[in-house]
Amino acid sequence: MTQKMKLTQLTEMLQELNIESLEGVTIEGDIELNITGGGGLNPALAYALGSEISQISLHMANIGRMLGFPAEQLFASAFGMSGVPETQAPSLGTTPRMQELLASKFEVARMSNWNNPIQEVTLGATSADGGSRKNTVTIGGENALPYYFDASMPHRNYVTMDVFDMPIGMAKAVKSNYDDVINDPAEWAKKVVRDFNADMVTIHLISTDPLIKDTSARDAAKVVEDVLQAVDVPIVIGGSGNPEKDPEVLEKAAEVAAGERVLLASASLNLDYERIARAAVEHGHVVLSWTQLEINAQKELNRKLMKQCKVPRDSIVMDPTTAALGYGLDYAYTNMERIRLAGLMGDDELTFPMSSGTTNAWGARESWMVASPLKQDSDWGPREYRGPIWEIVTGLALSLAGNDMFMMMHPTSVQVLKEITQTLYGSIEAEELDISNWIGAEV
Amino acid sequence: MKINSPLEAYKYLPGTNCAICGEQTCMAFASHLIDRSKKLSECTPMLEDKFRKKLDQLQGLLAPEIRQVEIGVGEKIVKIGGDDVLYRHKLTFFNQTALAYDVWDTMDEKNLVERVNKIQDFKKFYVGNFLTVDMVAVRSTSNDPKKFASAVKKVVETTDMPLVLCSFNPDVLKAGLEVAKDRNPLLYAANKDNWQQVAALALEYDVPVTLFAPNDLDLLKSLAKTFAEMGTEKLVLDPGTFPSGKQLKETFSNFIKVRRAGIDGDREIAYPLMAVPLTAWMVHDDPVSASYWETVIASVFTIKYGDIMILHSIEPYAMLPELHIRDTIYTDPRKPVTVDPGMYKIGSPTKDSPVFVTTNFALTYYTVESDISSNKIDCFLWAIDTDGIGVEAAVAGGQLTAAKIKKGIEDSGFNMKDDTSHNTIILPGLSARLQGDVEDETGSRVLIGPADSGRIPGWLEKNWPPKK
Repeated sequence: MTQKMKLTQLTEMLQELNIESLEGVTIEGDIELNITGGGGLNPALAYALGSEISQISLHMANIGRMLGFPAEQLFASAFGMSGVPETQAPSLGTTPRMQELLASKFEVARMSNWNNPIQEVTLGATSADGGSRKNTVTIGGENALPYYFDASMPHRNYVTMDVFDMPIGMAKAVKSNYDDVINDPAEWAKKVVRDFNADMVTIHLISTDPLIKDTSARDAAKVVEDVLQAVDVPIVIGGSGNPEKDPEVLEKAAEVAAGERVLLASASLNLDYERIARAAVEHGHVVLSWTQLEINAQKELNRKLMKQCKVPRDSIVMDPTTAALGYGLDYAYTNMERIRLAGLMGDDELTFPMSSGTTNAWGARESWMVASPLKQDSDWGPREYRGPIWEIVTGLALSLAGNDMFMMMHPTSVQVLKEITQTLYGSIEAEELDISNWIGAEV
Repeated sequence: MKINSPLEAYKYLPGTNCAICGEQTCMAFASHLIDRSKKLSECTPMLEDKFRKKLDQLQGLLAPEIRQVEIGVGEKIVKIGGDDVLYRHKLTFFNQTALAYDVWDTMDEKNLVERVNKIQDFKKFYVGNFLTVDMVAVRSTSNDPKKFASAVKKVVETTDMPLVLCSFNPDVLKAGLEVAKDRNPLLYAANKDNWQQVAALALEYDVPVTLFAPNDLDLLKSLAKTFAEMGTEKLVLDPGTFPSGKQLKETFSNFIKVRRAGIDGDREIAYPLMAVPLTAWMVHDDPVSASYWETVIASVFTIKYGDIMILHSIEPYAMLPELHIRDTIYTDPRKPVTVDPGMYKIGSPTKDSPVFVTTNFALTYYTVESDISSNKIDCFLWAIDTDGIGVEAAVAGGQLTAAKIKKGIEDSGFNMKDDTSHNTIILPGLSARLQGDVEDETGSRVLIGPADSGRIPGWLEKNWPPKK
């Protein structure tokens, strides 16, 4: 039996044989190789043919070997090689030359299972909506992981800068920016907006903690009013983190900020979240749903806020917890990434925009200590440069996991984080650079 | 890999449950093959002739989607690529991003040696290990084969770290290869103009080679396909790292596209990726700004699929975050978050030794533990069960309370009155607000330690032994 077939068909057939099984398979008849094309074979085609033929000879040799014939020795002697390792396929020994690149077209699919958009949430209200903010901030609305080509990102990332209602311990590199306003939250708020380009301001009412100053909810609310007067950007109101006191403090704050659509920080499972949620709904605010690195707890709290407390979907932002670079950022990153992917793939309990307490980066000793406490370490260099980059990299990692809004402290960190997130978002123009000969660059 | 259930791998194994691999059954071994925690070579019976075919088949099925490429030789060999997933929680990322820092051939010899030493000596202790960088990239800024050869020679004499030899001039690369051919260096790079000569070098010297096609994925794939056809799959792909503006956004897309295509099964482009954050220095004049921006770009491409990168800044404020973000992304997410709660002895504590409280979050625990033990302090260290949450967050979230601390003490069988001479507990500075409650619950005296355990040695000097 004589059969004509294309070389590629033959290769495929033999590969098939090789992969499946040769036990009990017999090869009958002659195989005729019919090479067409005449005298003028172009070099690339010649090379391809040569390659195919060599591949076939390899398959044949393998068959020979399976039948017990030491084919590798034949190859070795034919091409003047010795001691070919048994596990290696025999190589042809000479360097093949090609005259032209093989043509190829790069293709990649868009994600097919990101069908569920993230909820859009607007913070702040202008006079048209019963507030007094000059502008609003809208986050969320994504249909893909951040900055991905699959779908354009509807809103950029935003930064809200921290302001405290009393002087607190801060890393030196941070504190030096706020020495002049540390006793005046309203001035502090003005400074971050005016000088440091903050999109929003977070007023932390930490003095209300019974173990700190136990400031009354009423007095704390006055500070909120001062800050609302001082700046016209949307604001976030944070409690002290004391689970007994926070509901009362945030209720009062929500009341005096009625109509301003602030973000109330935060509702969590270990305090009376219902009171905070109710205050938000009643006065038209947004609730920050805070859990600790636990995707199921996040689902549970969001569900309770929606079902039990009747918080509308457009009034929930999540804070799944930020751990600093080197101090659990791997958990924080993956937790956020899982939450965002679950949301995009249809889990409606997780389709909310996210906020990060990026300031936590300043808890890492690398950001503030003068030098390493460990003698074996290489020199850590000047801390004034270490701190801001620690906050930047912490925030940047989470931006790539899907985080929308960043609570931050250092002006340099804010500037650089905005620069990179907006570059990836696509709104930063820069002069085009030719990198084709970067190796020779004088740097 | 092409299969994802232990059952599919099991079919190819001997099925004798011989336990040579350390597992009780072949099925258990199969599940370790699927999660890549064991290697097929650990099944020695598979090496017998009668299993040869099945071994080959299973090896093919288990091969990672992205090819693994080795650079260098000996102890410091660097492996890159080898990934199977797009998200670390789906399995884990393998072979952490290799960090190469540059030297150039127009440096004077003394500066070059000093710089290489800084690169190879840099280290940072972190949860039980030192974080270090991996490679030296030698750039030919002279374009002179002789100068390049002599710079490479100096580097080879100074370090046994793996090398990247960087030039677009094949004669320069050849001169470098002649000096470093026994080190299995990575060639950088073949481009649309020089690919034939660079391919010849890669094949002749049998070394891995980078393919450079700035913002042209069709060309990149063509190069990869052509090189594979010519006989080498020891390839690294550089789609170009543009440092700013829309071009950087495009670079970001390119990395995601190439890796997604590779994981989705396009073998022709399934190779490790190289990023060159060094290009940040082409757009920033001020060294601090350039270092910052380079670190930012390095972070982006450590997270998004860069397998190797070439960097310039060797300032600690650049290298420290680069090392830590790499560790963040490449830490196996399957590792436990917690240590077992209980009382741990650090050094050889006696009744007079201090008693510290911390949480059972592994990172917190190991940080405190290394701060104490590296300063040779004998003490008791209590890991309280906070569900693996760190001190500050656990105080805020109610996982670290006076009742929890009391229970932790009782469960460990340690008795403050009998087992210490001082009946004093030292709480972390970040849990200061628990002081009164803990005193009430335990009946012990409570001191507030420093907020950062790095300050424990200084704190002890001032506060220990406690005043009567």
